[in-house]
Amino acid sequence: MNYAQAGCSALEAAMRSDASVVVLGEDVGRGGIFGQYHGLQQAFGEQRVIDTPISESTILGAAVGMALAGLRPVVEMRVVDFALCAIDELVNQAAKARYMFGGQGRVGMVARLPNGLWSGSAAQHSQSLEAWFAHIPGLVVVAPATPQDNHGLLRAALACGDPVVYLEHKELWGLQGEVEPAQLARLGEAEIARPGRDVTVVTWSRTRHTALQAAALAEKQGVSLEVIDLRTIWPWDRDAVLASAARTGRVLITHEAVQVAGFGAEIAATLAEETDARVRRLGAPRVPVGYSQPLEDESRITPQGIAAACVELRHARPAHR
Amino acid sequence: MNDERALALYRTMARIRAFEDAAEQASKGGVAAFGASLSQAEVRGPLHLSTGQEAVPAGVCAHLGITDLLTSTHRGHGHTIAKGAAPDRMMCELFGRASGYNGGKGGSMHIADFSVGMLGANGVVAAGIPIAVGAAHALRARGGSNVVACFFGDGAINRGPFLEGLNWAAVHALPILFVCEDNRWAATTASESNTAGAGALARAQAIGVPGAQVDGNDVFAVWDAAGNLLAEIRQGGGPRLLHAITYRVKGHVSVDAAAYRDAAQHEREIERDPLVLAAQRIAKPDQLEAIGREARGEVAAALAAAHAAPWPEPRAAYTDVQDTGAGRWRG
Repeated sequence: MNYAQAGCSALEAAMRSDASVVVLGEDVGRGGIFGQYHGLQQAFGEQRVIDTPISESTILGAAVGMALAGLRPVVEMRVVDFALCAIDELVNQAAKARYMFGGQGRVGMVARLPNGLWSGSAAQHSQSLEAWFAHIPGLVVVAPATPQDNHGLLRAALACGDPVVYLEHKELWGLQGEVEPAQLARLGEAEIARPGRDVTVVTWSRTRHTALQAAALAEKQGVSLEVIDLRTIWPWDRDAVLASAARTGRVLITHEAVQVAGFGAEIAATLAEETDARVRRLGAPRVPVGYSQPLEDESRITPQGIAAACVELRHARPAHR
Repeated sequence: MNDERALALYRTMARIRAFEDAAEQASKGGVAAFGASLSQAEVRGPLHLSTGQEAVPAGVCAHLGITDLLTSTHRGHGHTIAKGAAPDRMMCELFGRASGYNGGKGGSMHIADFSVGMLGANGVVAAGIPIAVGAAHALRARGGSNVVACFFGDGAINRGPFLEGLNWAAVHALPILFVCEDNRWAATTASESNTAGAGALARAQAIGVPGAQVDGNDVFAVWDAAGNLLAEIRQGGGPRLLHAITYRVKGHVSVDAAAYRDAAQHEREIERDPLVLAAQRIAKPDQLEAIGREARGEVAAALAAAHAAPWPEPRAAYTDVQDTGAGRWRG
């Protein structure tokens, strides 16, 4: 099963078990442009899989109204970049409604906002905005990297009752993998994708796979990487990261998002407060993603880049108290 | 219209007026804006009064039951009272007390009473429109003939969600009464100077949402027009828009003296007070006087309750944020 099918299958299961789950967004009736809603309108009808105009504010705002009135909406936003047309509805409405109304209502919703660099798609279709959402009290932020996680985390996101920014990756849809539907995922729980001794690599989404390739390269240079896939950005698995940092003493945080004020900065700050570990970050430069391949490549995180950063970190002098 | 109905409409307006007058007094010094400085006030922050606009919520909400839903604006006290909320719990909320509807977390701009279908005032212009669209989908999923009344001001028709929401509601034939409460002022700017074309109803009609324009200071006219439109909506006719033209008697917020308005025109406008107009029509001065007294008494009790009510515990700042990750407030 691929990553898109895993998400679709999780949603189908949720819709079967809970009649309040509805889907709304552009092109969902045709199965979504990535196939992540394939067959759902045929199975559940046009009132539960709702085709909408290109009206991002109202797609997200209507989801808030649905949730306050008792439904559990799943929002299709095509790509995270378009969610910026609905930022009021996400930040001022969805994230705030429960609190500011004193708990009279809550916004259990999953907003699927595909995130990350999308090859050849240039500056308005290639952003990674997880740090924006992590900054907003009230929101949960999830970024699955594998078909299994896209199944398990989508089920968990739908069940949690909070507004969840669900960041599938724009280029992982075809990724194949085993999916055990009964295997539950817990929000806020990282996975050690690869155990290692020398350097901890903390990452999420597609960069998990990049980091695993980097680990093979580093191994050849005698450096053993432990790769931690956070899976949930907020709340992130602090315990898992601190425990690994205690073992290796060296941590690289890498993500596709722009490095400046990226979520890696939050993790690095926590490591500085809590540990003596040597810490490095590797994110994208603070430039828009260019269209032409040589320009786009400047924003890409590569296995070679991660491996080189880890080898350098391995040989950096230890920190002193 | 029978006497009982007319008196009920007047009573709703009188209760809103009494609430607004008391809230206004309690808000003096509550915010540093419009040249006013901050001092001690029971009602903190910007307070948007609907004084003079009472006929619109009174006339519309008389047709709604508690299983109908309502979305409101930053100027939402009138909608909240007309939908059935209790003035004492509202005043407690304005005073920031634990026994307020929102436990002190929302205040005037976010006042809500979900138990009567009032889904919240909103601090962002036009933000209630998409929420109303979603609430209408939820009502449809439940079945029945319930509707959503979606209130917004004349400023909102220049925001994108107005176009998006009306188009969507028409495409999906949703049970929504859009109510443009046109008080002719968008903050401190006259709306006509910033609004092209013939206004809310013309825009709605261009999208295929029928409706009516009405004197929003005539509660009987509002009641008639809203009743007709709501009957069409409840019969499955899809959305309708009521363009109610009224007048914002106070400034944008309570500390705004609105000196930017033409004094002579303002005097002419406030002569058309909706309570005075209704009183002339009803012509039962003794009964109306009693209703007014009762309304002021209700608000006096609400003020007393709010003064006596407990403050929220500081730890309440950490409840109803989110369940996932609760407790992780600093990293």
